[in-house]
Formats: sequence, structure tokens, C-alpha cells
Amino acid sequence: MDSTPLIDRIAMLVPGAALEAAASIDVPAVYVPAGRLVEVCRALCEQAQFDLLIEITAVDYLPRQPRYEVVYHLVSTSALTRARLKVKVAAGDMVPTVQSVWPAAGWPEREVWDLFGIVFEGHPDLRRILTPDDWEGHPLRKDHPVQVRKTAQTYEPLEVTEQEFRANIERDRVTRDPGAKR
Amino acid sequence: MRTETMTVNMGPQHPSTHGVLRLVLTLDGEIVKAADVTIGYLHTGIEKTAEQKKWQQVIPLVERMDYLGAQSNSLAYALSVEKLLGMEMPERVQHIRVLIAELQRIASHLVWLGTHAMEIGAISVMLYCFRERELLLNLNEQTAGFRLFPSYIRVGGLREDLPRGYHDSVNAFLDAFPGKLDEYEDLLTKNHIYRKRTEGVGVLSRKDAIAWGLPGPIARASGSTYDVRRAFPYLTYDSYEFDVPSFPEGDVYARYRLRVQEMRESVRICRQAIQRITPTGAWAANDTRVVPPPKDKVYTEMEALIQHFLIYSQGFTVPAGEAYVPVEGARGEHGVFVVSDGTNRPWRIKMRAPSFYACQALPYVIKDGMIADVIAVIGSSDVVMGDVDR
Repeated sequence: MDSTPLIDRIAMLVPGAALEAAASIDVPAVYVPAGRLVEVCRALCEQAQFDLLIEITAVDYLPRQPRYEVVYHLVSTSALTRARLKVKVAAGDMVPTVQSVWPAAGWPEREVWDLFGIVFEGHPDLRRILTPDDWEGHPLRKDHPVQVRKTAQTYEPLEVTEQEFRANIERDRVTRDPGAKR
Repeated sequence: MRTETMTVNMGPQHPSTHGVLRLVLTLDGEIVKAADVTIGYLHTGIEKTAEQKKWQQVIPLVERMDYLGAQSNSLAYALSVEKLLGMEMPERVQHIRVLIAELQRIASHLVWLGTHAMEIGAISVMLYCFRERELLLNLNEQTAGFRLFPSYIRVGGLREDLPRGYHDSVNAFLDAFPGKLDEYEDLLTKNHIYRKRTEGVGVLSRKDAIAWGLPGPIARASGSTYDVRRAFPYLTYDSYEFDVPSFPEGDVYARYRLRVQEMRESVRICRQAIQRITPTGAWAANDTRVVPPPKDKVYTEMEALIQHFLIYSQGFTVPAGEAYVPVEGARGEHGVFVVSDGTNRPWRIKMRAPSFYACQALPYVIKDGMIADVIAVIGSSDVVMGDVDR
């Protein structure tokens, strides 16, 4: 797929951004540097009618460097065209959030952080979303162990001695005053 | 007078949260001031599991994501992988896939209509809807022997040819179904109580629906006309005659009207499809690398046996690259982003889950509404938690 028309268009809207065509067989795809991402997205949304953010996801290309690619799928519901933006992310690097452009970006960015550990700079609510809050690691990374038996995490049940139990009973005992009126 | 807000927990085990959705609502009297949505209770790591499987083994996995639109998922996956493989499908296969996708849409909308109406208090509608859905599940059973997750659509075509008598069963359903739809509409469309509960509730503008990433029934009930079947035609949809219904109001009632209308359009498409599908013919692409040979040949021909053995032991390789083919599912645009590194296992698959975005927009839609309307809005956005959590 030829990405040059899309690149020319972005270059016109956001001068100076270092864009690079990405190999693609279905829709025009462009590599965007993380530093200019928000600018490019805003221009695409407001001036090029890419009003619909279809999804944000990431791919882990271990052992290639830079390791990750964050992928944005865009659709223009008026011009009926599609585009794919990609950002190369090295381990430990951050990507700016595009929530200010499309509110829909909030959860998919949380999902990418949860599953890949890529931090979205400026995201107001970057919590785990699919895995439990106390989960260790980021499951969709290629070096995350698969089918490894782990002992189940359990907590000991609350145990009290007999003396403590009786003391608790005594402490909570309430006796009705025989003289009191009902 | 001193007033303060109250925090109420709703779910995850709440009968009207369609599975395991949890909402923490901040209430001012009966008005919802804020809502925090927690998901993930159904997360089973299907995308991670798929990376350990071979290409053809992923079909049953993706069908279990959105369990009400199972064959729509496998269709999206098969189309993306076939795009990478550069395969062309025989026309008959494409028509059968259209038929299956539309029947799946009807089945999904029926479950939606039944549960949504039940939550609002119209319990009898649920019984009628599930009665007709049963017929669709019987059709699945005919093609694949499996009712909910047939895995009938495969990479490279279909599992096998349509069974004898399938045309008659589909035609019988298509003849009976429009009358049943009228029955549902008799129960709801002019029902005073139902309209009171749904009109003007959970209103979403077209601009908001698009900004929150909700293409599909929700955006079309808000005045959008975006439909993947028309905007980016796949299969043979551009040769079919059908309308894309759209309602401008954007409330729960409009979403109900829209989905009923969509079912009528689906019946129209199915009628055309079943006429075009010849009783016998090609049911898979003619590509011996990907499509396993028919069973009778495996038992009689050496080459077929070898080919069968290779496909089921090694699998097939897919050229390196990435593809995303969008599909109009029952809940909106979805599709599988497939990345291949040129081996017999997917490097990464990612399902675009429409329900995920619908859940995300919930706090925005229910804000400043009544707490009783929360149920109506959740129902109308048609979230399937298997699709949200994957």
C-alpha cells in the first residue's frame, strides 16, 4: 500500500515532523516520532477528518530494537478512508497520551500499559484495567512466562486461640438489666 | 438542608450488568454524579494464548471472545489472515459467509432485545426472543454440530460444505421471522411504559458517539450513517441490496428501533444470499497449503493424507506482515489486527472490541441521569463482557 499521499498530507499539516512510511498491505501506514505524536493526531483529527479512533494497541518485537510499536488505527467517517500510525518505543520510553484528541483513547492506553508496560505520558488514570491490581509483570510482553506453574497466592485464614475467642465473647456479652422497662 | 453524596456499588454480580461489569456510582439523591467502571473479571488472556497456537487453532479462541457474535469474530480473524496470505475466496464461500454473518447478527440482536427488555420489566419479550434464537442455534447445529461456537468459518474457507436440507431450514426461518419481529414490536414499540423508560434516556450526540469510538448501532442511533458493510465493503456486500438504518434521537429508544430495523435488513440480505448460494459447490479456496483435503480423499489418496497430516501437525505459514480487516459485527466495527513473523504461529493478534469502548463511554452517558436509567443505558449499549475482557 502506498503511504506517500498520507505522509505528504501530514507533512503539510505538521511541518518538520520526521515521518517514515511503514510497510503495509491494507491501509496507508506511517511511523510518527513520539515527540510529535499529539500534534500529528490533532492535525489529522481536526483538519483531515480522521474523527474516529478505532483502536490503540502495541506489538512486542523482542529481540528487535526498539522493542515495541504502538499502533493507532484511524478512520475518517466522512471521507471513508483509513490510516495506521505507528510509534516505535524502546523499553522504558514513554509515549504521550492522545486522550485530548480522542476521548476514546483512555481505556485502550490503559490496556496497553497493563499488558505491555508502556507508559503513556500525561494519562490521568493509568491504572491496570484487565489484570488484577496486584498482578506482577505485563502479560503480553514476549518474555512474560507462559504456562509456568506458580503456586497459588493464598492468605492464611484469620486464626484466634481459644482464650482469645472466649475473651471476645465475654467482651461483647450484653446482659439486660432485669429492672429496666421494655 | 445538608446534603451529601452516596456511593453505591453495583455489580459485578448484578443481574443486569450482562455478566461481570462493576460500577461504583456516586449518587446525589437519585441522580448519578459520577461512575467508576471496573472490568477485567472475565479476562482470560485469549490474545496471549493465541500467540502459542497455530494459525488455524485460533478460530475457536476468537469465537469465545464475543460469545453472542461468535461467527462474526471468526470471520474477522479469517479475513485478516487471508489478507496476509493473499487468498481469493470463491464467490460461493463469500455468499455463505455473508449469510452466516447476518444470521449471527440476528441471533445477537435477539439476545440483546430479550435481555434489555427484561431488565426494563418486559419479561415476556425475553421468552419470545429466545424462542427464535433457538431456531438460529439449530441452524448452527446443522452446519457444524455445535450451537454457540460452531468454528464453521475457517482460514481458507469453511469447514465443509453446507449440509443437506440447510436451504430449507434457512428459508423456513426467513419466512417465519418477519412475523415474529412484528410480535416484538407489538409488545414494545408503542408500549407506554417501555417508551417512558427509554425515550430521552441516555442521549448521546453523533459527535460524541464518534469521539468515544462507538461506530455501529450506537452511533447509527445517534444519526451516523457509518456502516463498515457500506463504507469499506468486504466479502460480497457491495452486490447486496440493503439499507443502513439511522435514527437521529440518540436515546435508548432509538437504539431499540435501530436494532429491530437492522434485523429486518439482515433478513433482506439473508434472502438474497440464500438464493445465490447453490446447493453444492466450492466451500473453500483451492489452496492445498492452507485448506485440508476432504475426508473421503484422506482415506483413499496418499497425497491427501500427507497434506492432511502436514496441515494438522505443522500448520501453515503466513507471510510476514500485518493486516486489519474491519467487519460490521452486531455491536459495531470490529476486526482482528494480525501480525505475522512468517512462521506457523501468530506473532500477535488483537481484537478490536466494540463493547470495550461502549463500557468506557458508560460514565459519560449515565452522568446526571437517574439511577434507574443506568440499567436501561447499560442494556442499550449491548455490552458483552467476554468481548470487553477477552
